[in-house]
Amino acid sequence: MSGENLTSSEYIKHHLTNLTYGQHPDGSWGIAHGSEAAKEMGFWALNIDTMAVSVILGFVFIYFFKKAASTATAGVPGGLQNFVEMIIEFVDDSVKDSFNGKNPLVAPLALTIFVWIILMNTMDLVPVDYLPHLASMMGVPYLKVVPTTDPNLTFAMALGVFVLILYYSIKIKGPGGFFAELAFHPFPKYLMPFNLFLELVSLIAKPISLALRLFGNMYAGEMIFILIALLPLGAQWMLALPWAIFHILIVILQAFIFMTLTIVYLSMAHEESH
Amino acid sequence: MNINATLIGQTIAFIMFVWFCMKYVWPPLMAALEERKAKIVEGLAAAERGEKEQELAEKRATEVIHDARAEASDIINLANVRAGEMVEEAKGKAVEEAAKVKKGAEAEIEQELASAREVLREQVSVLAISAAEQIIKSEIDATKHKNIINDMSSKLGAA
Repeated sequence: MSGENLTSSEYIKHHLTNLTYGQHPDGSWGIAHGSEAAKEMGFWALNIDTMAVSVILGFVFIYFFKKAASTATAGVPGGLQNFVEMIIEFVDDSVKDSFNGKNPLVAPLALTIFVWIILMNTMDLVPVDYLPHLASMMGVPYLKVVPTTDPNLTFAMALGVFVLILYYSIKIKGPGGFFAELAFHPFPKYLMPFNLFLELVSLIAKPISLALRLFGNMYAGEMIFILIALLPLGAQWMLALPWAIFHILIVILQAFIFMTLTIVYLSMAHEESH
Repeated sequence: MNINATLIGQTIAFIMFVWFCMKYVWPPLMAALEERKAKIVEGLAAAERGEKEQELAEKRATEVIHDARAEASDIINLANVRAGEMVEEAKGKAVEEAAKVKKGAEAEIEQELASAREVLREQVSVLAISAAEQIIKSEIDATKHKNIINDMSSKLGAA
């Protein structure tokens, strides 16, 4: 479905452009047309599509889980409660496996990350043209439906986790303990600057790898769906179907990896000694 | 593909969802799970207890049955002994009674014999007297033979 009036590269570009709202260089506020225009808006611009889709999906998560939570009984669980409990137990087991401390935040955090990312990644499985086409019919020029293909979202989550890592590292080990962990490891004390450099790099690599792993996987997956959509109609399903089936795995796997790494990083932040 | 204020918006949304999940989703579900776990543990323990109790009751029941059987056989034995005793007693009594009855009958027979003999003697004496009267009548006088008669009658009386 390359469209009648778009070249392939324009089609791809269109699909990869966020609906960005911000201030144009000439001072007027509005939707950016094209990624160059969005870039010119600088930092103070908002990707409306990412925000809207992710928040809607967040509310979907909250709605179903809250519904299950408020009707939860110790008796025989119903369909929804059963399903929710299955996820909860899976997350709880993952947390118990790799997190040794006691912190009431970690498990709900892991659950939110896991389910929210799965929901957002699943938007990838909606055929690539459905929602953008619908949006353009309603007058919205750009729509990138998969929020996890927007680095803003993945970096936001990773930074949230990073702040928690720093907070608990300092809270549990104390500022001195945290500094000692960074400075006197892995080499002896007289190599402190080198230690500090190594440890700081590995510390900062944590959120960056979290964010980029999710973003990269989902962006690449989406890109392949878009490329498949450029093929002639007969060939599309032959490739789209296997890729979609494979992508189901990636959708869940990436959510799981993000969750597990979050738990592991927080667990490391809680451990006294390396 | 640009980093912009979406980063801040997403961070706020993320914090909000995590907070909500921590406050209203996780605790009640976890509580329900824990409660069910406790219930299952309790149920399993109760089942085990019940099984043990049943085993105990079965053992007790067989004991009771065994005891009852022993008691019953005791009672039967006792009854047998008592029956034998009663039969013996009855036999003894019957023999005694028979002896008593026999004795009474013998005494009666003796008495009867004695009275019969008395009657017979009287009749013989009457007969003898009448004979003597005939003789006396036919003979001379009474005075002459009175001595003889007296003598006779005394001899009969002695017999």
